[in-house]
Amino acid sequence: MLRRFPERMKPTDASNPDYFHKVVDCQWACPAHTDVPEYIRLIAQGRFSDAYMENRQSNVFPGILGRVCDRPCEPACRRGRVEDKPVAICRLKRVAADHRDDISDRLPTAPSQKNGKKLALIGAGSASLTVANDLAPLGYEITIFEALDTTGGLMRTNIPRFRLPPNVLDEEIGYILDMDVDLKLNHPIDSLKTLLDAGEYDAVFVGTGAPRGKNLEIPGRYDSENIHIGIEWLESVAFEHVDAIGENVLIIGVGNTAMDCCRSALRLGAKNVKVMARKPRGYFKASDWELEDAEEENVDIVVNHSPKAFVIEDGKLTGMRFEVMEYRIDDNGRIDRGTVVDEVTLPCDDVILAIGQDNAFPWIERDIGIEFNDWDCPVVDETTMMCSRDGVFFGGDAAFGPKNIIWAVAHGHEAAISIHKYCQGEDLNDRLPRGVNLATQKMGMHEWSYSNDYNPAARRLMPHVDLRERFKNIDIEVELGFTVEQTVAEVERCLNCDIQTVFTAKLCIECDACIDICPTACLTITHNGEEADLRTRLSAPAENLEQDLYVSAELPQTGRVMVKDEDLCVHCSLCAERCPTGAWDMQKSTVLLPYAADEAEAAKDRSGSSAA
Amino acid sequence: MSYIAKPKVAHPSLKRNKLGLTTRDYEGAVSTLCAGCGHDSVTAAIVQAVYELDIEPHRLAKMSGIGCSSKTPAYFASESHGFNSVHGRMPSVTTGANMANRDLTYIGVSGDGDSLSIGVGQFLHAIRRNLNMCYMIENNGVYGLTKGQFSASADVGSKPKKGQPNQQEPIDPVSVALSLGATYIARGFSGDKAQLVPLIKGALKHGGFALVDVISPCVTFNDHEGSTKSYAHTRQFYHHVVDMDYVPPAAEIRAAYEEGSAMPVELHDGSRIVLRKIDGDYDPTSRAAAFKYLRQRFNEGEIITGLLYIDEERDEMHDLMGNVDRPLSELSLDTLHPGAAGLGKVLGRYK
Repeated sequence: MLRRFPERMKPTDASNPDYFHKVVDCQWACPAHTDVPEYIRLIAQGRFSDAYMENRQSNVFPGILGRVCDRPCEPACRRGRVEDKPVAICRLKRVAADHRDDISDRLPTAPSQKNGKKLALIGAGSASLTVANDLAPLGYEITIFEALDTTGGLMRTNIPRFRLPPNVLDEEIGYILDMDVDLKLNHPIDSLKTLLDAGEYDAVFVGTGAPRGKNLEIPGRYDSENIHIGIEWLESVAFEHVDAIGENVLIIGVGNTAMDCCRSALRLGAKNVKVMARKPRGYFKASDWELEDAEEENVDIVVNHSPKAFVIEDGKLTGMRFEVMEYRIDDNGRIDRGTVVDEVTLPCDDVILAIGQDNAFPWIERDIGIEFNDWDCPVVDETTMMCSRDGVFFGGDAAFGPKNIIWAVAHGHEAAISIHKYCQGEDLNDRLPRGVNLATQKMGMHEWSYSNDYNPAARRLMPHVDLRERFKNIDIEVELGFTVEQTVAEVERCLNCDIQTVFTAKLCIECDACIDICPTACLTITHNGEEADLRTRLSAPAENLEQDLYVSAELPQTGRVMVKDEDLCVHCSLCAERCPTGAWDMQKSTVLLPYAADEAEAAKDRSGSSAA
Repeated sequence: MSYIAKPKVAHPSLKRNKLGLTTRDYEGAVSTLCAGCGHDSVTAAIVQAVYELDIEPHRLAKMSGIGCSSKTPAYFASESHGFNSVHGRMPSVTTGANMANRDLTYIGVSGDGDSLSIGVGQFLHAIRRNLNMCYMIENNGVYGLTKGQFSASADVGSKPKKGQPNQQEPIDPVSVALSLGATYIARGFSGDKAQLVPLIKGALKHGGFALVDVISPCVTFNDHEGSTKSYAHTRQFYHHVVDMDYVPPAAEIRAAYEEGSAMPVELHDGSRIVLRKIDGDYDPTSRAAAFKYLRQRFNEGEIITGLLYIDEERDEMHDLMGNVDRPLSELSLDTLHPGAAGLGKVLGRYK
């Protein structure tokens, strides 16, 4: 029986670069859009240096991020929807970094002939370093001003050495500084006005992070020296200004900084460390894997305790009072403000406050044309990264508040494009669009250029240094990195989501072969309709609204349409193998992301063609 | 064919039948037929049908002869019984199996070569016996395994890939079955599972010989212009005459039917088939009328599909022979074997 629908879905426009990009869930979720499946395939082939360079192109710090990235890619990973656990993407990134050969001759270099434009980058963290990485090879003369006596910003001061060894930082930061970048350490900028008025620089980039740890204004806060602000304390530990702590330590807050604080405290002599959470589990800010690592070290995570006062006896911190909370959680998982049901005092020698960070710009005058918002943060354009004063750019935590390293890198790339266009007198908003390249992966009758068979292996677990060994020294890196066997197994878990199923409607004879073979019931031939209706009429209902339907043009024999629900496709290629006419083909989509160098190249092409 | 097997991973919200099985549990080995073969769609339809009927895999027997079609029992219900017999001899082997164990559900998968050429005698006599089985013919008009010569079901004027058009009259299994008194006669198309799956379900539940003739295009040797068994030709000329729904025992008839067009038929086990007449003049319970209608439309080049004839009254083989209700395979040797004295007594009757 033919049903008629007033609304029909239009055929999917697969030439829109975002369509297939979205199918590559990990790459789409990554702020820097690292081509994850591509580098995992390179690792699978043992091409670690190539995998490292593929990473470096987009995320600049593969060795660092392979250890401490916030991994927005992993919760997005399709494998997590098809079965339980996502691919261990971050761990594989570290494999590429750990096993690469000397790649120094493959790095971009700065030309000896400069382009006459001078840039000041304030702060030597991930955002500024990314800007330098993108612009030094174009001939910009770059000066980085850093207040501390070392590089890396929060990556070095706030992430403990047992998670991120200093030599990893030095090596990857060194690659950038070696591009003729002038680094001025111990050189805080106290006045942006002075710097701008001197007129020495064509553009200024602010990558100073979110350097102020939030305080907790409750009774007793200023009556003891043993109450510390988390990020300041971590910095003192990093610089070895602090090398001991009391036996009983309470950490207030349950974000990733709290995890670093509790684990650092254990290495400085604490015996009994409690992380005090105001809310129940499931409402913590810390990443699951950081929680797991802390709990493995016997850190006690205490839920539903809200800080009330510090207990000071004879001028000495002896404990802390908490209100014990009870919460109601509704069916949608929303939690109420809670009610106090009890009050307790926990003994302690030290307290570390890890309840968040704020931006702080005491060194930016408020009368130099830089607009600040209600939260006392500069107003920054999300595309161009420029503030309301021309020629001043922001990135990383300094731009929109605390995020993470991979966001800082993404900001750095965008800011570099803007700085380049600004210095060359081009329109900042007229940016090169993203592109997509599609290439068939067919090698023979049933042969594809990638490992298409679904491997049911479970996610590999990161091996750790023995619990007795690891506390001997704060320098001992806890995670050992994947073994060869683990790497070989884990790479095969990747579903190659960038090898796309591309459909050509006019070739289809509607034999149903693809529908019959699809293991995850992604495909349907049916009468067209509006999306909400179509989603209910497929081989399996398409309930994940975040995932698109791939809708074909009308099929030649019946006028119906082929519909693919992208949600659970495992990219096994069987639809294409069973297709007698080649209507389905497996094609690798490469997302083309423009960087500053591409803008420079495009400008060269424009002037070349206008001259001709 | 494909080099990799269909991955075991499945859609997480796949539905389970009364036995707790999913359609994936009724699959078999990966097909080695050509990509796009109609037979693979028929296989998928059989998987769907046995899943929906909650058939326990070990209570299903898959029977076949030789040919592309006859390979397909390897591609579904891998936990079931199977017998891949000599070319064209599937009906005899099924007769024997059914004689020994009448409690299993028998599905024979054959082709136009296996059933209409080498095995045509076997096919005819299985119909006459009213053997209780679902007999599928995957009908593509050519011998695929031997590179595409015309089979006995090729239409007059149908063009081969190379060479002269066919000039011999085709054997139409549906007309043959009608003339011999088959009790369930259906025709479907591999490219129309919505119609095909209920036809197979009805055939599996019918108490007697059930023929399902399926136009199943040979994508390699008979899917070109000028072929009368191609996907495009079949889609252009096929007509649903009587569609049907299978309603399990004790279930309510839920779907709304237009008055006059719906006709419920009760099967031996209390389940029902609701016939939906697309062409109001057609009577699927009259052999003479059905035969006349089919020949008329056949001469006009139309491919008539649906449940074309049904007769639930006629006795099946075991009833005709007066056999015991219990499967012979379950009877003890003492019961089955008369012994020397008993045998002598029986023989004595004929002296």
